Amino acid sequence: MSGPYLLRRLAAAVGVLWAAYTVSFAVLYLLADPVATLVARASDGTTLTTAELDALRAQYGLDQPVPVQYLDRLWAALQGDLGTSFVNGQPVTSTIGEALPPTLQIASAGLVLAVLLGAGVALTATYTRSRWLAQALMGLPSLAVSLPVFWVGLMLVQLFSFQLGWLPAVGARGPEALVLPAITLALPTGALIAQVLVKSMSQALAEPYVTTARAKGVGPLAVHLRHALGNAALPALTVLGYVTGNLLAGTVVVETVFTRPGLGRITVSAVADQDIPLVQGVVLFAAFVFVVVNLVVDLLYPLLDPRVAQAVPA
Amino acid sequence: MSSLSVKDLQVDYRVSGGTVDAVRGVDLEVAPGEVVAIVGESGSGKSTLAQAIIGLLPDNGAVRSGSVRLGEDELVGRTDRQWRSVRGARIGLVPQDPAVSLNPVQKVGAQVAEVLRTHGLADRRSAPAKAVALLERAGLPDAAVRAGQYPHELSGGMRQRALIAVAIAADPGLLIADEPTSALDATIARQILDHLEELREASGSSLLLITHDLAVAADRADRIVVMSGGRVVEQGPTAELLAHPRDAYTRELLAAAPGLAVTDPPPPAPPIGGDTPIAEVRGLVKDFPLPRTSGSWRRGSLRAVDDVSFAIARGETLALVGESGSGKSTTARLLLRLADPTAGQVLLDGEDVTAVRGEPWRQLRRRAQLVYQNPYASLDPRFTVREVITEPLRAFRVGSSSEQAARAAELVDRVALPAATLERRPVELSGGQRQRVAIARALALAPDLVVCDEPVSALDVSVQAQVLELLAELQERDGLAYLFISHDLAVVRRVAHRVGVMRDGRLLELRPTAEIFDDPQHEYTRTLLAAIAGRRGELSAP
Amino acid sequence: MTELLERGPDRAPLPAEPAAHDRGRLFRFLRRRPGLVVSVLVIVFVLISAVFPQLFAPGDPNLAVPRERSLPPGPGHWFGTDYLGRDVWTRVVHGTSLSLQATLIAVAVALVVGGLIGLLAGFVGRWVDEGLMRLVDVLLAIPPILLALALIAALGFGTTNVAIAVGVASVAQFARVMRAETLRVRGTVYVEAARAVGTRWWVTLGRHVLPNAAGPVLVLAVLEFGLAILAVSSLSFLGYGAPPPAPEWGSLVAEGRNYLATAWWMCAMPGLTIAATVLAVNRVSKALDGEWGRDR
Repeated sequence: MSGPYLLRRLAAAVGVLWAAYTVSFAVLYLLADPVATLVARASDGTTLTTAELDALRAQYGLDQPVPVQYLDRLWAALQGDLGTSFVNGQPVTSTIGEALPPTLQIASAGLVLAVLLGAGVALTATYTRSRWLAQALMGLPSLAVSLPVFWVGLMLVQLFSFQLGWLPAVGARGPEALVLPAITLALPTGALIAQVLVKSMSQALAEPYVTTARAKGVGPLAVHLRHALGNAALPALTVLGYVTGNLLAGTVVVETVFTRPGLGRITVSAVADQDIPLVQGVVLFAAFVFVVVNLVVDLLYPLLDPRVAQAVPA
Repeated sequence: MSSLSVKDLQVDYRVSGGTVDAVRGVDLEVAPGEVVAIVGESGSGKSTLAQAIIGLLPDNGAVRSGSVRLGEDELVGRTDRQWRSVRGARIGLVPQDPAVSLNPVQKVGAQVAEVLRTHGLADRRSAPAKAVALLERAGLPDAAVRAGQYPHELSGGMRQRALIAVAIAADPGLLIADEPTSALDATIARQILDHLEELREASGSSLLLITHDLAVAADRADRIVVMSGGRVVEQGPTAELLAHPRDAYTRELLAAAPGLAVTDPPPPAPPIGGDTPIAEVRGLVKDFPLPRTSGSWRRGSLRAVDDVSFAIARGETLALVGESGSGKSTTARLLLRLADPTAGQVLLDGEDVTAVRGEPWRQLRRRAQLVYQNPYASLDPRFTVREVITEPLRAFRVGSSSEQAARAAELVDRVALPAATLERRPVELSGGQRQRVAIARALALAPDLVVCDEPVSALDVSVQAQVLELLAELQERDGLAYLFISHDLAVVRRVAHRVGVMRDGRLLELRPTAEIFDDPQHEYTRTLLAAIAGRRGELSAP
Repeated sequence: MTELLERGPDRAPLPAEPAAHDRGRLFRFLRRRPGLVVSVLVIVFVLISAVFPQLFAPGDPNLAVPRERSLPPGPGHWFGTDYLGRDVWTRVVHGTSLSLQATLIAVAVALVVGGLIGLLAGFVGRWVDEGLMRLVDVLLAIPPILLALALIAALGFGTTNVAIAVGVASVAQFARVMRAETLRVRGTVYVEAARAVGTRWWVTLGRHVLPNAAGPVLVLAVLEFGLAILAVSSLSFLGYGAPPPAPEWGSLVAEGRNYLATAWWMCAMPGLTIAATVLAVNRVSKALDGEWGRDR
């Protein structure tokens, strides 16, 4: 891997972030009138005078022409300033920063669980020689993606908290409070991983090189792990960015269901309050995570797939 | 050394709605050190037979009855664990398509070493060196370097050698080669088969060669087994079977095998009179840009066609032959103006059409048409045959819809398809039937020139012969001119009046067919001729 | 020239396909796949409920009967009653209309906008393709539910806005599939063959490219139907949909949430309805994938 390759990937990643900024700006500042939101918030039922309105506009920089606003905000964003919340006047970055740790907890627990579940189901389903077990296992992911996440969470609470009393229903205190949210979050994600992996494993197992390996007398487990998985893991890896992004987005629902503090909760209230800067901050953060994960995958890929390694100038 | 003995083997496939018998009671003996070829067309059950012998039938296939014995041991009914001591160790497999038969993310050497490790013939430390030695034995140049490379860094021929190294690694008593060279160019195929023969002779193992090509079998086998419809229709010593085929199907195959039917004289060249040629190209050049390479901003380019000139007379068949990458197909596309030449001229009927665009370009289609190589891909799966054939008529608004329908019926009749075909869709037709439909479409506008790009290479040999015959008949009747693109000299010999040999984008020689075959001038032409299967001994390579 | 040389098992001679769709065959087909039959029935039921809810639930969805508060499922109230004594079954059936409308709008937005972007990018190529696909890349970088939330923040609450937001969030996916299919079909030999017999480009687009590229996109549309039901109900669960007391699948679950410990059916039943519908849609989409997908 060489410097120019790294630079090109980095430039592409920055390009996507810039475009995400532009798209979110267009949606949030042009499609809606932020001032109307501000007015609704500040007026408390009383009518604002024109002077008060102008003062409000000026406070948030909304009195400038749109291109100037765009450039000003972009310039500020580049320096790590995503503006201040319309609701509490706090900087958006620090609001997100404070909400992040509990969200990262369930997101990472969810990701680990999802990978274990997804890979476990997929590998067992493609390895087993029992037809009905394979059928049953392959049916699980499509079942899991059909269930509404919020409903699954509530049903888990009903069963494990209210009926059995094993785990707390709400809150974020202690590791046991992490179990149900993590499971809820992991189910759809694990199902996605399982679907991708089952498909790529089945394709790999049908490839002639697998026949070659079997004709060598190699045992089924070695054929599976050494030959098929080595090839099948590659397409699964490319969905990691998508998976992480969706895991993050899944916290919106999961944190609401389990009444946990975190990024998802502030997103829900920001949307309800039409707190435009905060909503944009969350969207940009998600895009940032997606871009970073994909960048890491891109950089790892040549190490795993020699065909790509050669296409990349050494 | 142990012999292989197959007795009354029956194999069937479970498909939706029942089972399909693929092998129906086959008896087969392979003595130690013997080379037996199983010859058959697609659907004959030959590959299924090979898969059953090595226990690698697809999941929906199963041996229903019969026995396969290797030496003293019964192979049918083994558990997977029991099979593992047979596969690789006592039976080696050389697979069909080297491009996809090696694990793309594993180094070549490791894939050879895996056989040794699996069967306990080498430990972690000694395996790499032994793998290199095996690759060397399989004839891979720079074996030590190649062992450290990944499959995509090797050419098709080199990959097949690596696969041969895998097959011979444990020194098995029986080798099964399933169409080992059908994916390779003829000259490479010949080298590979020669090498395989040497290795086999040195080790004394027996070889079961599965092939669709009777000519290859004739060259290589001690004994030939002809299969059709899941049964063995005839088997016997090669010379005897070729000289006195008893079964009607064998005779048909023999007559159709292009390489073996050398008795046909090539058609004489029609007189090239003073009138303008139907098509002519002058100094044709085509460059393709290459992807940018590292460290250089300038884009390289690949010269696919390099200064090619020829003319085709009315009613003449001009063939361009060459191996893959020789530029023959690109030349055809340039002539049809489906691609733009970098330099040179294209003349149709004496008129310079090198630069026409838009509507005049579209009007060229009335004069020159194309028949593609792959009849499975060149017909829109959603169209009926009638829609396919009338598409050119609709494009040029020729006649009313009832006249178009009548013309379609006439064309279908002319390519010898039943009228009922008109309402069918391509999926319901066989490969040969589809190619007839494609020919009917090409004839719809009554063009003067038809370019045939490998028109029969995707078809079974017996079907090949029929399609070639049809092309000849149409030429005789309508005075069509053909530009015939092919990699197969044996096919070309049957149809072409003149033959041009291409290599690396250049036209090496262009002469009447008989002269090319009897007195090749260019050295490359001689190499090509020597590589034709079925002509071993008749011509010796220079 | 290698692709057609047989590979793997010899091509088995298949029984000739009868051209006419005879009734017996259809019947046998359905009997072999009971799951598919049930799925189709569920979808038909949901569609009828959306248009004629009275047919299955003649009562008033907002009628509260205080005597019958929080009754568990049983005769008379299949799905039980809620905290005001309203029949949950009636509310679920009547809620179908709003939920399904939103879903249809979402799928239509995604299919039309995404399909056009993909078709344009794939057929025109060059800089049009570059530009449109960069935009699609960006949309893909933002998780759909967050993109939908951002749109709701801008557009405001309400079922229609939720629907549009969900639809826009899926545009990128449709554009990608449509473009890939268009490119694939445009590169096929039969499209070049059409050009080589003199067919004009717009005829080629209409007669060859669109019909052959449409299959996977329509399969995606059916799949998206299921995903959109989930997304729309999630957003209405979060409270961005129709204001109460209008019944809507997601908000019904949200309403029941406060009574989860004592009256589980208030949450369970509407959620189960959503799950059953999505499962049925996904099952049908999978079957269609076999028929219209890339296999052809």
